[in-house]
Amino acid sequence: MDIRIDLPGLHLKNPIMPASGCFGFGKEFAQFYDLSDLGAVIIKAATGEKRFGNPTPRVAETSSGMLNAIGLQNPGVDSIIEIEIPFMKGYDVPIIANVAGSTVEEYVQVAEKISDHVDAIELNISCPNVKEGGVQFGTDSSLAEEVTRLVKEVSSVQVYVKLSPNVTDIVAMAKAVEAGGADGLSMVNTLTGMRIDPATRKPIIANGTGGLSGPAIKPVAIRMIHQVYQAVDLPIIGMGGIETTDDIIEYLLAGASAVAVGSANFKNPLICKELIDELPDALEKYGFSSLEEAIGGAHDEKTPSSLFRT
Amino acid sequence: MKVIEHKSIARDTYQLILKGDLIEEVDEPGKFVHIQINPEFFLRRPVSIADVDFHEQTLTLLYKVMGKGTDALTEKRVGDQLDVLGPGGRGFPVASLESKHALIIGGGIGVPPLYYLAKNLVERGIKVTSVLGFRSEADVFYEDEFRELGEVTVVTNDGSYGEKGLVTDVLPNLEPTIDTYFSCGPGVMLKAVTEHLPHLPGYISMEERMGCGIGACFACVVPTPDMDEKGYRRICCDGPVFKAEEVVL
Ligand SMILES: Cc1cc2nc3c(=O)[nH]c(=O)nc-3n(C[C@H](O)[C@H](O)[C@H](O)COP(=O)(O)OP(=O)(O)OC[C@H]3O[C@@H](n4cnc5c(N)ncnc54)[C@H](O)[C@@H]3O)c2cc1C
Ligand SMILES: Cc1cc2nc3c(=O)[nH]c(=O)nc-3n(C[C@H](O)[C@H](O)[C@H](O)COP(=O)(O)O)c2cc1C
Ligand code: FES
Repeated sequence: MDIRIDLPGLHLKNPIMPASGCFGFGKEFAQFYDLSDLGAVIIKAATGEKRFGNPTPRVAETSSGMLNAIGLQNPGVDSIIEIEIPFMKGYDVPIIANVAGSTVEEYVQVAEKISDHVDAIELNISCPNVKEGGVQFGTDSSLAEEVTRLVKEVSSVQVYVKLSPNVTDIVAMAKAVEAGGADGLSMVNTLTGMRIDPATRKPIIANGTGGLSGPAIKPVAIRMIHQVYQAVDLPIIGMGGIETTDDIIEYLLAGASAVAVGSANFKNPLICKELIDELPDALEKYGFSSLEEAIGGAHDEKTPSSLFRT
Repeated sequence: MKVIEHKSIARDTYQLILKGDLIEEVDEPGKFVHIQINPEFFLRRPVSIADVDFHEQTLTLLYKVMGKGTDALTEKRVGDQLDVLGPGGRGFPVASLESKHALIIGGGIGVPPLYYLAKNLVERGIKVTSVLGFRSEADVFYEDEFRELGEVTVVTNDGSYGEKGLVTDVLPNLEPTIDTYFSCGPGVMLKAVTEHLPHLPGYISMEERMGCGIGACFACVVPTPDMDEKGYRRICCDGPVFKAEEVVL
Protein backbone atom coordinates (compact mmCIF):
# COMPACT_ATOMS: atom_id res chain seq x y z
CA MET A 1 0.00 0.00 0.00
CA ASP A 2 1.14 3.49 -0.82
CA ILE A 3 1.55 5.41 2.43
CA ARG A 4 2.93 8.65 0.96
CA ILE A 5 1.18 11.80 2.06
CA ASP A 6 1.41 15.43 1.00
CA LEU A 7 0.98 18.15 3.61
CA PRO A 8 1.48 21.89 3.11
CA GLY A 9 5.13 22.28 2.08
CA LEU A 10 5.96 18.65 2.86
CA HIS A 11 6.04 15.60 0.61
CA LEU A 12 6.28 12.68 2.99
CA LYS A 13 7.26 9.13 1.99
CA ASN A 14 5.20 7.97 4.93
CA PRO A 15 3.28 9.68 7.73
CA ILE A 16 5.74 8.81 10.53
CA MET A 17 8.36 11.15 12.00
CA PRO A 18 10.22 11.47 15.30
CA ALA A 19 8.87 14.19 17.63
CA SER A 20 10.87 17.23 18.67
CA GLY A 21 13.24 16.79 21.60
CA CYS A 22 13.14 13.01 21.43
CA PHE A 23 15.52 12.62 18.49
CA GLY A 24 18.13 15.33 19.04
CA PHE A 25 19.38 16.41 15.64
CA GLY A 26 19.30 12.88 14.26
CA LYS A 27 22.95 11.89 14.73
CA GLU A 28 22.39 9.43 17.55
CA PHE A 29 19.70 7.54 15.68
CA ALA A 30 21.62 7.43 12.40
CA GLN A 31 23.65 4.57 13.89
CA PHE A 32 20.46 2.46 14.16
CA TYR A 33 18.88 2.95 10.71
CA ASP A 34 18.90 5.10 7.57
CA LEU A 35 17.21 8.40 8.42
CA SER A 36 16.08 8.68 4.79
CA ASP A 37 13.46 6.02 5.63
CA LEU A 38 11.58 8.49 7.85
CA GLY A 39 8.61 10.56 6.72
CA ALA A 40 10.33 13.64 8.15
CA VAL A 41 12.42 14.61 11.16
CA ILE A 42 11.34 17.23 13.70
CA ILE A 43 14.52 18.49 15.31
CA LYS A 44 15.10 19.68 18.89
CA ALA A 45 13.81 23.16 19.76
CA ALA A 46 15.90 26.13 18.60
CA THR A 47 16.10 29.39 20.57
CA GLY A 48 17.88 32.65 19.75
CA GLU A 49 20.87 31.96 21.98
CA LYS A 50 22.40 28.78 23.38
CA ARG A 51 20.49 27.50 26.44
CA PHE A 52 21.73 25.19 29.16
CA GLY A 53 18.26 24.23 30.39
CA ASN A 54 17.11 23.15 33.83
CA PRO A 55 19.00 21.50 36.70
CA THR A 56 18.91 17.68 36.99
CA PRO A 57 17.08 15.36 37.61
CA ARG A 58 15.25 16.26 34.44
CA VAL A 59 13.23 13.09 33.95
CA ALA A 60 11.09 10.80 36.07
CA GLU A 61 9.28 7.64 35.14
CA THR A 62 5.49 7.49 35.64
CA SER A 63 2.80 4.89 35.07
CA SER A 64 2.69 4.46 31.29
CA GLY A 65 4.95 7.39 30.59
CA MET A 66 7.45 9.87 31.87
CA LEU A 67 7.87 13.45 33.00
CA ASN A 68 10.58 15.66 31.56
CA ALA A 69 11.79 19.17 32.26
CA ILE A 70 14.76 19.57 29.95
CA GLY A 71 14.16 23.33 29.62
CA LEU A 72 14.82 23.73 25.90
CA GLN A 73 18.54 23.02 26.12
CA ASN A 74 19.97 23.68 22.65
CA PRO A 75 23.08 25.20 21.06
CA GLY A 76 21.18 28.23 19.70
CA VAL A 77 19.78 28.86 16.22
CA ASP A 78 23.05 29.91 14.54
CA SER A 79 24.91 26.84 15.66
CA ILE A 80 21.98 24.60 14.68
CA ILE A 81 22.04 26.09 11.16
CA GLU A 82 25.80 25.82 10.91
CA ILE A 83 26.43 22.42 12.47
CA GLU A 84 23.30 20.33 12.99
CA ILE A 85 21.20 20.97 9.87
CA PRO A 86 24.04 20.21 7.40
CA PHE A 87 24.31 16.74 8.94
CA MET A 88 20.58 16.12 8.41
CA LYS A 89 20.85 17.38 4.82
CA GLY A 90 22.99 14.36 4.10
CA TYR A 91 19.78 12.34 4.20
CA ASP A 92 16.84 12.40 1.83
CA VAL A 93 14.32 13.47 4.46
CA PRO A 94 12.32 16.66 5.06
CA ILE A 95 13.51 18.64 8.09
CA ILE A 96 11.02 20.37 10.36
CA ALA A 97 12.55 22.94 12.74
CA ASN A 98 10.98 23.36 16.18
CA VAL A 99 11.07 27.10 16.98
CA ALA A 100 10.91 28.34 20.58
CA GLY A 101 11.48 31.56 22.45
CA SER A 102 10.81 33.68 25.53
CA THR A 103 9.48 36.70 23.66
CA VAL A 104 7.64 37.33 20.41
CA GLU A 105 10.83 38.93 19.08
CA GLU A 106 12.83 35.78 19.80
CA TYR A 107 10.30 33.54 18.01
CA VAL A 108 10.39 35.84 15.00
CA GLN A 109 14.17 36.08 14.96
CA VAL A 110 14.64 32.28 15.17
CA ALA A 111 11.96 31.58 12.56
CA GLU A 112 13.41 34.12 10.15
CA LYS A 113 16.90 32.69 10.44
CA ILE A 114 16.08 28.99 10.33
CA SER A 115 13.28 28.93 7.74
CA ASP A 116 15.70 29.22 4.80
CA HIS A 117 17.41 26.01 5.88
CA VAL A 118 14.48 23.66 6.57
CA ASP A 119 11.32 22.33 4.90
CA ALA A 120 8.81 23.51 7.51
CA ILE A 121 8.58 25.10 10.93
CA GLU A 122 6.90 23.67 14.00
CA LEU A 123 6.13 26.69 16.15
CA ASN A 124 6.52 25.54 19.76
CA ILE A 125 4.14 27.70 21.78
CA SER A 126 3.63 24.86 24.21
CA CYS A 127 6.79 24.01 26.14
CA PRO A 128 5.71 23.74 29.79
CA ASN A 129 9.24 23.67 31.16
CA VAL A 130 10.60 27.17 30.86
CA LYS A 131 9.92 30.07 33.18
CA GLU A 132 9.29 32.62 30.44
CA GLY A 133 7.54 32.21 27.16
CA GLY A 134 6.78 28.77 25.86
CA VAL A 135 3.49 27.70 27.27
CA GLN A 136 2.13 31.19 28.00
CA PHE A 137 1.90 31.67 24.22
CA GLY A 138 0.10 28.36 24.00
CA THR A 139 -2.54 29.03 26.63
CA ASP A 140 -3.55 32.59 25.70
CA SER A 141 -5.38 32.59 22.37
CA SER A 142 -4.67 36.20 21.41
CA LEU A 143 -0.93 35.80 22.11
CA ALA A 144 -0.99 32.54 20.12
CA GLU A 145 -2.64 34.25 17.18
CA GLU A 146 -0.19 37.13 17.29
CA VAL A 147 2.97 35.04 17.45
CA THR A 148 1.66 32.82 14.64
CA ARG A 149 0.94 35.84 12.45
CA LEU A 150 4.35 37.43 13.03
CA VAL A 151 6.21 34.19 12.43
CA LYS A 152 4.21 33.56 9.25
CA GLU A 153 5.24 37.00 8.00
CA VAL A 154 8.95 36.21 8.20
CA SER A 155 9.00 32.49 7.45
CA SER A 156 9.88 31.31 3.97
CA VAL A 157 8.35 27.87 4.68
CA GLN A 158 5.01 26.59 5.97
CA VAL A 159 4.31 26.92 9.69
CA TYR A 160 2.76 24.18 11.82
CA VAL A 161 1.77 25.43 15.27
CA LYS A 162 2.33 22.97 18.12
CA LEU A 163 -0.54 23.22 20.57
CA SER A 164 -0.43 22.70 24.31
CA PRO A 165 -2.92 20.32 25.90
CA ASN A 166 -2.78 22.40 29.10
CA VAL A 167 -5.89 24.41 28.17
CA THR A 168 -9.61 24.03 28.83
CA ASP A 169 -10.65 24.91 25.28
CA ILE A 170 -8.35 23.41 22.66
CA VAL A 171 -10.71 24.38 19.84
CA ALA A 172 -10.39 28.07 20.72
CA MET A 173 -6.60 27.76 20.53
CA ALA A 174 -6.76 25.95 17.19
CA LYS A 175 -9.09 28.58 15.76
CA ALA A 176 -6.83 31.37 17.00
CA VAL A 177 -3.73 30.04 15.27
CA GLU A 178 -5.77 29.31 12.15
CA ALA A 179 -6.78 32.98 12.18
CA GLY A 180 -3.10 33.85 12.64
CA GLY A 181 -2.36 32.08 9.38
CA ALA A 182 -1.03 28.67 10.48
CA ASP A 183 -0.60 26.15 7.67
CA GLY A 184 -1.06 23.16 9.95
CA LEU A 185 -1.21 21.99 13.55
CA SER A 186 0.96 19.73 15.61
CA MET A 187 -0.87 18.13 18.57
CA VAL A 188 0.01 17.73 21.33
CA ASN A 189 2.91 18.81 23.48
CA THR A 190 3.29 17.36 26.99
CA LEU A 191 0.76 17.74 29.83
CA THR A 192 2.13 19.45 32.94
CA GLY A 193 2.58 17.05 35.84
CA MET A 194 4.55 16.30 38.98
CA ARG A 195 5.89 13.35 40.95
CA ILE A 196 6.92 13.52 44.61
CA ASP A 197 9.41 11.14 46.21
CA PRO A 198 7.98 9.86 49.53
CA ALA A 199 11.49 9.42 50.94
CA THR A 200 12.69 12.98 50.32
CA ARG A 201 9.21 14.62 50.40
CA LYS A 202 10.29 16.66 47.38
CA PRO A 203 9.39 16.62 43.69
CA ILE A 204 11.64 14.16 41.84
CA ILE A 205 12.29 16.59 39.00
CA ALA A 206 14.51 19.50 40.03
CA ASN A 207 12.24 21.93 38.19
CA GLY A 208 9.30 20.72 40.30
CA THR A 209 6.89 20.21 37.43
CA GLY A 210 7.58 18.40 34.19
CA GLY A 211 5.79 17.54 30.98
CA LEU A 212 4.03 14.18 30.86
CA SER A 213 4.50 12.12 27.69
CA GLY A 214 3.92 8.52 26.67
CA PRO A 215 0.82 6.28 26.49
CA ALA A 216 -0.57 8.03 29.59
CA ILE A 217 -1.48 11.10 27.48
CA LYS A 218 -2.73 9.35 24.36
CA PRO A 219 -6.48 9.44 25.16
CA VAL A 220 -6.21 13.17 25.87
CA ALA A 221 -4.43 13.81 22.56
CA ILE A 222 -6.91 11.68 20.61
CA ARG A 223 -9.86 13.54 22.14
CA MET A 224 -8.31 16.93 21.33
CA ILE A 225 -7.51 16.01 17.73
CA HIS A 226 -11.02 14.62 17.30
CA GLN A 227 -12.46 17.96 18.50
CA VAL A 228 -10.11 20.17 16.50
CA TYR A 229 -10.51 18.18 13.26
CA GLN A 230 -14.20 19.08 13.24
CA ALA A 231 -13.65 22.74 14.04
CA VAL A 232 -10.77 23.89 11.83
CA ASP A 233 -9.63 23.24 8.31
CA LEU A 234 -5.94 22.54 8.90
CA PRO A 235 -3.96 19.32 8.57
CA ILE A 236 -2.85 17.86 11.90
CA ILE A 237 0.36 16.07 12.87
CA GLY A 238 -0.72 13.91 15.83
CA MET A 239 1.45 12.77 18.72
CA GLY A 240 1.36 11.51 22.28
CA GLY A 241 2.13 7.97 23.40
CA ILE A 242 2.49 6.31 20.01
CA GLU A 243 4.10 2.87 20.34
CA THR A 244 2.22 0.65 17.87
CA THR A 245 0.57 0.79 14.45
CA ASP A 246 -2.82 0.54 16.20
CA ASP A 247 -1.96 3.77 18.01
CA ILE A 248 -1.16 5.40 14.66
CA ILE A 249 -4.45 4.26 13.14
CA GLU A 250 -6.29 5.67 16.14
CA TYR A 251 -4.62 9.05 15.48
CA LEU A 252 -5.47 8.92 11.78
CA LEU A 253 -9.09 8.08 12.52
CA ALA A 254 -9.33 10.96 14.99
CA GLY A 255 -8.16 13.31 12.24
CA ALA A 256 -4.36 13.38 12.09
CA SER A 257 -2.79 13.29 8.61
CA ALA A 258 0.62 12.28 9.94
CA VAL A 259 2.05 11.33 13.32
CA ALA A 260 5.13 11.92 15.42
CA VAL A 261 6.70 9.42 17.81
CA GLY A 262 8.38 10.91 20.88
CA SER A 263 9.48 9.22 24.06
CA ALA A 264 8.95 5.71 22.66
CA ASN A 265 12.28 6.28 20.85
CA PHE A 266 13.97 5.99 24.26
CA LYS A 267 12.60 2.53 24.91
CA ASN A 268 13.25 1.29 21.40
CA PRO A 269 15.55 3.38 19.19
CA LEU A 270 14.30 1.47 16.12
CA ILE A 271 10.62 2.22 16.76
CA CYS A 272 10.02 4.70 13.91
CA LYS A 273 11.59 2.41 11.34
CA GLU A 274 9.62 -0.59 12.63
CA LEU A 275 6.31 1.30 12.57
CA ILE A 276 6.97 2.50 9.00
CA ASP A 277 7.57 -1.08 7.87
CA GLU A 278 4.46 -2.38 9.65
CA LEU A 279 1.95 0.36 8.80
CA PRO A 280 0.79 -0.83 5.34
CA ASP A 281 -0.16 -4.29 6.64
CA ALA A 282 -1.81 -2.80 9.71
CA LEU A 283 -3.98 -0.51 7.56
CA GLU A 284 -4.91 -3.44 5.36
CA LYS A 285 -5.82 -5.54 8.38
CA TYR A 286 -8.50 -3.00 9.32
CA GLY A 287 -9.83 -2.90 5.78
CA PHE A 288 -8.34 0.40 4.61
CA SER A 289 -7.38 0.60 0.97
CA SER A 290 -5.38 3.79 1.41
CA LEU A 291 -3.88 6.01 4.07
CA GLU A 292 -6.27 8.83 3.13
CA GLU A 293 -9.24 6.62 3.87
CA ALA A 294 -8.15 6.36 7.49
CA ILE A 295 -7.61 10.09 8.02
CA GLY A 296 -10.59 11.49 9.89
CA GLY A 297 -12.28 8.13 9.46
CA ALA A 298 -13.89 8.30 12.90
CA HIS A 299 -15.94 11.31 11.82
CA ASP A 300 -17.68 9.97 8.77
CA GLU A 301 -20.53 7.73 9.85
CA LYS A 302 -21.24 6.66 6.28
CA THR A 303 -17.84 5.03 5.84
CA PRO A 304 -18.47 1.29 5.78
CA SER A 305 -16.26 -0.64 8.13
CA SER A 306 -15.33 -3.67 6.10
CA LEU A 307 -13.93 -5.36 9.16
CA PHE A 308 -17.33 -5.72 10.76
CA ARG A 309 -19.21 -6.40 7.55
CA THR A 310 -17.46 -9.45 6.22
CA MET B 1 20.80 -11.17 26.07
CA LYS B 2 20.40 -14.47 27.87
CA VAL B 3 20.65 -14.82 31.65
CA ILE B 4 23.45 -17.30 32.45
CA GLU B 5 23.73 -16.80 36.19
CA HIS B 6 21.89 -14.69 38.76
CA LYS B 7 22.65 -14.69 42.47
CA SER B 8 22.69 -12.55 45.59
CA ILE B 9 26.18 -11.46 46.67
CA ALA B 10 25.41 -9.01 49.54
CA ARG B 11 22.43 -7.29 51.11
CA ASP B 12 20.00 -6.40 48.26
CA THR B 13 22.93 -6.78 45.86
CA TYR B 14 22.95 -9.19 42.92
CA GLN B 15 25.37 -10.53 40.34
CA LEU B 16 23.82 -11.06 36.92
CA ILE B 17 25.75 -12.73 34.11
CA LEU B 18 24.44 -12.24 30.57
CA LYS B 19 25.48 -13.78 27.27
CA GLY B 20 25.21 -12.18 23.82
CA ASP B 21 27.00 -10.55 20.87
CA LEU B 22 26.90 -7.12 22.45
CA ILE B 23 30.05 -7.88 24.38
CA GLU B 24 32.16 -7.64 21.20
CA GLU B 25 31.73 -3.88 21.38
CA VAL B 26 32.96 -3.46 24.95
CA ASP B 27 36.32 -1.90 24.08
CA GLU B 28 37.11 -0.27 27.41
CA PRO B 29 36.06 -0.51 31.07
CA GLY B 30 33.48 1.93 32.46
CA LYS B 31 30.75 1.54 29.82
CA PHE B 32 27.17 0.68 30.73
CA VAL B 33 24.19 -1.21 29.34
CA HIS B 34 20.63 0.12 29.25
CA ILE B 35 18.14 -2.54 30.34
CA GLN B 36 14.44 -2.82 29.55
CA ILE B 37 13.47 -4.75 32.65
CA ASN B 38 9.99 -5.65 31.39
CA PRO B 39 7.29 -3.95 29.29
CA GLU B 40 5.70 -2.38 32.40
CA PHE B 41 8.58 0.06 32.78
CA PHE B 42 8.57 3.03 30.43
CA LEU B 43 12.27 3.82 30.84
CA ARG B 44 15.30 1.60 30.64
CA ARG B 45 17.70 1.25 33.60
CA PRO B 46 21.41 2.01 33.20
CA VAL B 47 23.79 -0.51 34.80
CA SER B 48 27.59 -0.56 34.54
CA ILE B 49 29.53 -3.40 33.02
CA ALA B 50 31.42 -4.94 35.94
CA ASP B 51 33.32 -7.59 33.98
CA VAL B 52 33.57 -9.13 30.52
CA ASP B 53 34.56 -12.64 29.47
CA PHE B 54 35.27 -12.54 25.73
CA HIS B 55 35.89 -16.29 25.62
CA GLU B 56 32.51 -17.17 27.16
CA GLN B 57 30.82 -14.16 25.46
CA THR B 58 29.42 -13.02 28.78
CA LEU B 59 29.28 -9.82 30.76
CA THR B 60 28.75 -9.41 34.48
CA LEU B 61 26.49 -6.81 36.06
CA LEU B 62 26.36 -6.07 39.79
CA TYR B 63 23.29 -4.20 40.93
CA LYS B 64 21.55 -3.14 44.09
CA VAL B 65 17.78 -3.05 44.58
CA MET B 66 16.97 0.66 44.79
CA GLY B 67 13.36 0.75 43.62
CA LYS B 68 10.71 -1.00 41.55
CA GLY B 69 12.83 -1.59 38.47
CA THR B 70 15.82 -3.17 40.14
CA ASP B 71 13.41 -5.15 42.34
CA ALA B 72 11.68 -6.57 39.25
CA LEU B 73 15.10 -7.40 37.80
CA THR B 74 15.71 -9.85 40.67
CA GLU B 75 12.90 -12.01 39.24
CA LYS B 76 14.84 -12.85 36.08
CA ARG B 77 15.80 -16.53 36.00
CA VAL B 78 18.61 -18.40 34.28
CA GLY B 79 17.64 -18.91 30.64
CA ASP B 80 15.37 -15.81 30.48
CA GLN B 81 15.98 -13.21 27.78
CA LEU B 82 16.66 -9.59 28.71
CA ASP B 83 16.30 -6.61 26.33
CA VAL B 84 19.65 -4.85 26.61
CA LEU B 85 20.93 -1.83 24.65
CA GLY B 86 24.56 -0.96 24.63
CA PRO B 87 27.33 -0.84 25.43
CA GLY B 88 26.80 2.87 25.96
CA GLY B 89 28.99 5.78 26.87
CA ARG B 90 32.69 6.39 27.10
CA GLY B 91 34.69 4.54 29.71
CA PHE B 92 38.10 4.84 31.32
CA PRO B 93 40.75 5.60 28.68
CA VAL B 94 43.05 2.74 29.72
CA ALA B 95 44.84 2.57 26.38
CA SER B 96 46.24 6.10 26.65
CA LEU B 97 47.12 6.16 30.36
CA GLU B 98 50.57 7.10 31.64
CA SER B 99 50.24 5.52 35.07
CA LYS B 100 52.39 3.18 37.10
CA HIS B 101 50.35 3.04 40.28
CA ALA B 102 46.59 3.60 40.26
CA LEU B 103 44.24 4.29 43.15
CA ILE B 104 40.70 2.99 42.87
CA ILE B 105 38.02 4.51 45.10
CA GLY B 106 34.58 2.94 44.97
CA GLY B 107 31.51 3.75 47.01
CA GLY B 108 28.66 1.24 47.33
CA ILE B 109 27.08 0.46 44.01
CA GLY B 110 29.76 2.59 42.32
CA VAL B 111 32.19 -0.29 42.84
CA PRO B 112 31.06 -2.45 39.84
CA PRO B 113 32.66 -0.60 36.88
CA LEU B 114 35.89 -0.26 38.84
CA TYR B 115 36.36 -4.02 38.95
CA TYR B 116 36.69 -4.40 35.18
CA LEU B 117 38.86 -1.27 35.21
CA ALA B 118 41.17 -2.74 37.86
CA LYS B 119 41.54 -5.95 35.85
CA ASN B 120 42.43 -3.93 32.76
CA LEU B 121 44.99 -1.86 34.65
CA VAL B 122 46.69 -4.92 36.13
CA GLU B 123 46.81 -6.55 32.68
CA ARG B 124 48.66 -3.46 31.49
CA GLY B 125 51.21 -3.81 34.28
CA ILE B 126 49.85 -0.95 36.37
CA LYS B 127 49.87 -1.46 40.13
CA VAL B 128 46.42 -1.10 41.70
CA THR B 129 45.48 -0.05 45.24
CA SER B 130 41.77 -0.05 46.07
CA VAL B 131 39.63 1.67 48.67
CA LEU B 132 36.08 0.34 48.79
CA GLY B 133 33.45 2.05 50.90
CA PHE B 134 30.14 0.53 52.00
CA ARG B 135 27.44 1.41 54.49
CA SER B 136 27.86 -1.62 56.66
CA GLU B 137 29.29 -5.17 56.75
CA ALA B 138 26.22 -6.71 55.10
CA ASP B 139 26.70 -4.49 52.03
CA VAL B 140 30.31 -5.43 51.29
CA PHE B 141 30.91 -7.27 48.01
CA TYR B 142 33.80 -8.15 45.67
CA GLU B 143 36.45 -7.59 48.34
CA ASP B 144 38.20 -10.87 47.47
CA GLU B 145 38.02 -10.19 43.75
CA PHE B 146 39.74 -6.82 44.23
CA ARG B 147 42.29 -8.35 46.62
CA GLU B 148 43.47 -10.65 43.81
CA LEU B 149 44.46 -7.50 41.90
CA GLY B 150 46.23 -5.55 44.63
CA GLU B 151 46.01 -4.07 48.07
CA VAL B 152 42.48 -3.34 49.33
CA THR B 153 41.15 -1.21 52.20
CA VAL B 154 37.49 -1.67 53.04
CA VAL B 155 35.74 1.18 54.84
CA THR B 156 32.26 1.00 56.38
CA ASN B 157 30.29 4.01 57.59
CA ASP B 158 29.35 2.27 60.84
CA GLY B 159 32.68 0.50 61.36
CA SER B 160 31.04 -2.96 61.34
CA TYR B 161 33.76 -4.16 58.93
CA GLY B 162 37.18 -2.83 57.98
CA GLU B 163 37.98 0.77 58.83
CA LYS B 164 35.24 3.01 60.19
CA GLY B 165 34.29 6.18 58.38
CA LEU B 166 34.36 7.48 54.82
CA VAL B 167 36.64 6.56 51.93
CA THR B 168 38.28 9.98 52.17
CA ASP B 169 39.36 9.26 55.78
CA VAL B 170 41.92 6.67 54.64
CA LEU B 171 43.33 8.59 51.67
CA PRO B 172 46.12 10.33 53.67
CA ASN B 173 47.58 6.93 54.71
CA LEU B 174 48.11 5.66 51.18
CA GLU B 175 51.45 5.13 49.46
CA PRO B 176 52.98 8.24 47.85
CA THR B 177 53.77 6.33 44.64
CA ILE B 178 50.13 6.59 43.55
CA ASP B 179 50.01 8.77 40.41
CA THR B 180 46.38 8.57 39.16
CA TYR B 181 43.00 7.91 40.74
CA PHE B 182 39.71 6.47 39.48
CA SER B 183 36.46 6.84 41.35
CA CYS B 184 32.80 5.93 41.12
CA GLY B 185 30.09 6.33 43.72
CA PRO B 186 27.50 8.80 45.01
CA GLY B 187 27.87 12.45 43.93
CA VAL B 188 28.85 13.66 47.40
CA MET B 189 31.60 11.06 47.59
CA LEU B 190 32.99 12.01 44.17
CA LYS B 191 33.05 15.65 45.22
CA ALA B 192 34.88 14.84 48.45
CA VAL B 193 37.37 12.60 46.65
CA THR B 194 38.25 15.19 44.01
CA GLU B 195 38.67 17.83 46.73
CA HIS B 196 41.00 15.55 48.69
CA LEU B 197 43.18 14.70 45.70
CA PRO B 198 43.60 17.97 43.78
CA HIS B 199 47.25 17.21 43.02
CA LEU B 200 46.58 13.95 41.15
CA PRO B 201 45.08 13.38 37.72
CA GLY B 202 41.75 11.66 38.27
CA TYR B 203 38.85 10.06 36.44
CA ILE B 204 35.35 9.87 37.86
CA SER B 205 32.29 7.94 36.71
CA MET B 206 28.94 9.69 37.23
CA GLU B 207 25.25 8.82 37.50
CA GLU B 208 22.13 10.70 36.49
CA ARG B 209 18.57 9.81 35.57
CA MET B 210 18.40 9.07 31.86
CA GLY B 211 15.81 9.24 29.13
CA CYS B 212 17.25 7.93 25.89
CA GLY B 213 20.66 6.76 27.10
CA ILE B 214 22.17 7.53 23.68
CA GLY B 215 22.67 11.31 23.68
CA ALA B 216 19.48 12.57 22.08
CA CYS B 217 17.27 13.91 24.89
CA PHE B 218 19.54 16.00 27.15
CA ALA B 219 18.15 14.45 30.34
CA CYS B 220 21.52 13.46 31.77
CA VAL B 221 23.62 16.60 31.50
CA VAL B 222 26.24 17.85 33.92
CA PRO B 223 27.63 21.40 33.78
CA THR B 224 31.28 22.10 32.92
CA PRO B 225 33.57 24.79 34.33
CA ASP B 226 33.12 28.32 32.94
CA MET B 227 35.94 28.20 30.41
CA ASP B 228 34.36 25.26 28.60
CA GLU B 229 32.68 26.48 25.42
CA LYS B 230 30.00 23.80 25.17
CA GLY B 231 29.00 24.29 28.81
CA TYR B 232 27.77 20.76 29.47
CA ARG B 233 28.46 17.05 29.05
CA ARG B 234 25.95 14.25 28.59
CA ILE B 235 26.62 11.46 31.04
CA CYS B 236 25.18 8.79 28.74
CA CYS B 237 27.45 9.44 25.76
CA ASP B 238 30.20 11.97 26.64
CA GLY B 239 30.60 10.05 29.94
CA PRO B 240 29.80 8.40 32.31
CA VAL B 241 33.59 8.69 32.84
CA PHE B 242 35.08 12.19 32.92
CA LYS B 243 38.39 13.73 33.88
CA ALA B 244 37.87 15.10 37.38
CA GLU B 245 38.32 18.71 36.26
CA GLU B 246 36.11 18.34 33.18
CA VAL B 247 32.77 18.66 35.03
CA VAL B 248 31.28 20.60 37.95
CA LEU B 249 30.22 18.26 40.75
C1 LIG C 1 25.97 5.12 34.07
C2 LIG C 1 25.27 4.47 35.23
C3 LIG C 1 25.74 3.26 35.70
C4 LIG C 1 25.11 2.62 36.77
N1 LIG C 1 25.62 1.44 37.20
C5 LIG C 1 25.01 0.79 38.20
C6 LIG C 1 25.50 -0.48 38.65
O1 LIG C 1 26.49 -1.01 38.11
N2 LIG C 1 24.85 -1.09 39.65
C7 LIG C 1 23.74 -0.54 40.24
O2 LIG C 1 23.18 -1.15 41.15
N3 LIG C 1 23.26 0.66 39.85
C8 LIG C 1 23.85 1.33 38.85
N4 LIG C 1 23.35 2.55 38.44
C9 LIG C 1 22.18 3.08 39.13
C10 LIG C 1 20.91 2.42 38.61
O3 LIG C 1 20.69 2.83 37.27
C11 LIG C 1 19.69 2.82 39.46
O4 LIG C 1 19.87 2.34 40.76
C12 LIG C 1 18.41 2.21 38.89
O5 LIG C 1 18.10 2.81 37.67
C13 LIG C 1 17.25 2.36 39.85
O6 LIG C 1 16.09 1.87 39.25
P1 LIG C 1 14.82 1.46 40.10
O7 LIG C 1 13.68 1.25 39.20
O8 LIG C 1 15.15 0.33 41.00
O9 LIG C 1 14.62 2.73 41.05
P2 LIG C 1 13.52 3.86 40.95
O10 LIG C 1 13.94 4.92 41.89
O11 LIG C 1 12.15 3.28 41.11
O12 LIG C 1 13.72 4.36 39.49
C14 LIG C 1 12.91 5.35 38.90
C15 LIG C 1 13.64 5.98 37.74
O13 LIG C 1 14.76 6.70 38.19
C16 LIG C 1 15.96 6.23 37.61
N5 LIG C 1 17.02 6.22 38.63
C17 LIG C 1 16.86 6.05 39.97
N6 LIG C 1 18.06 6.11 40.58
C18 LIG C 1 18.99 6.33 39.63
C19 LIG C 1 20.40 6.47 39.64
N7 LIG C 1 21.12 6.43 40.75
N8 LIG C 1 21.04 6.68 38.46
C20 LIG C 1 20.34 6.72 37.32
N9 LIG C 1 19.00 6.59 37.25
C21 LIG C 1 18.33 6.38 38.38
C22 LIG C 1 15.60 4.85 37.12
O14 LIG C 1 16.43 4.42 36.06
C23 LIG C 1 14.18 5.02 36.71
O15 LIG C 1 14.07 5.63 35.45
C24 LIG C 1 23.97 3.21 37.39
C25 LIG C 1 23.49 4.42 36.92
C26 LIG C 1 24.13 5.06 35.86
C27 LIG C 1 23.61 6.36 35.36
C1 LIG D 1 12.69 14.54 26.73
C2 LIG D 1 11.68 15.29 25.89
C3 LIG D 1 12.04 16.50 25.28
C4 LIG D 1 11.12 17.22 24.52
N1 LIG D 1 11.51 18.38 23.92
C5 LIG D 1 10.62 19.06 23.13
C6 LIG D 1 11.02 20.24 22.44
O1 LIG D 1 12.18 20.68 22.49
N2 LIG D 1 10.09 20.89 21.68
C7 LIG D 1 8.79 20.43 21.55
O2 LIG D 1 7.98 21.03 20.87
N3 LIG D 1 8.41 19.29 22.19
C8 LIG D 1 9.28 18.61 22.96
N4 LIG D 1 8.87 17.44 23.60
C9 LIG D 1 7.48 16.96 23.41
C10 LIG D 1 7.40 15.89 22.32
O3 LIG D 1 7.81 16.41 21.06
C11 LIG D 1 5.97 15.33 22.19
O4 LIG D 1 5.09 16.37 21.85
C12 LIG D 1 5.48 14.68 23.47
O5 LIG D 1 6.52 14.02 24.13
C13 LIG D 1 4.33 13.70 23.25
O6 LIG D 1 4.74 12.61 22.46
P1 LIG D 1 5.18 11.16 23.07
O7 LIG D 1 4.14 10.77 24.05
O8 LIG D 1 5.27 10.26 21.88
O9 LIG D 1 6.51 11.38 23.73
C14 LIG D 1 9.79 16.72 24.37
C15 LIG D 1 9.44 15.49 24.97
C16 LIG D 1 10.35 14.77 25.72
C17 LIG D 1 9.94 13.48 26.34
S1 FES E 1 19.91 10.16 28.55
FE1 FES E 1 19.26 11.20 26.75
S2 FES E 1 20.99 12.48 26.40
FE2 FES E 1 21.68 11.23 28.00
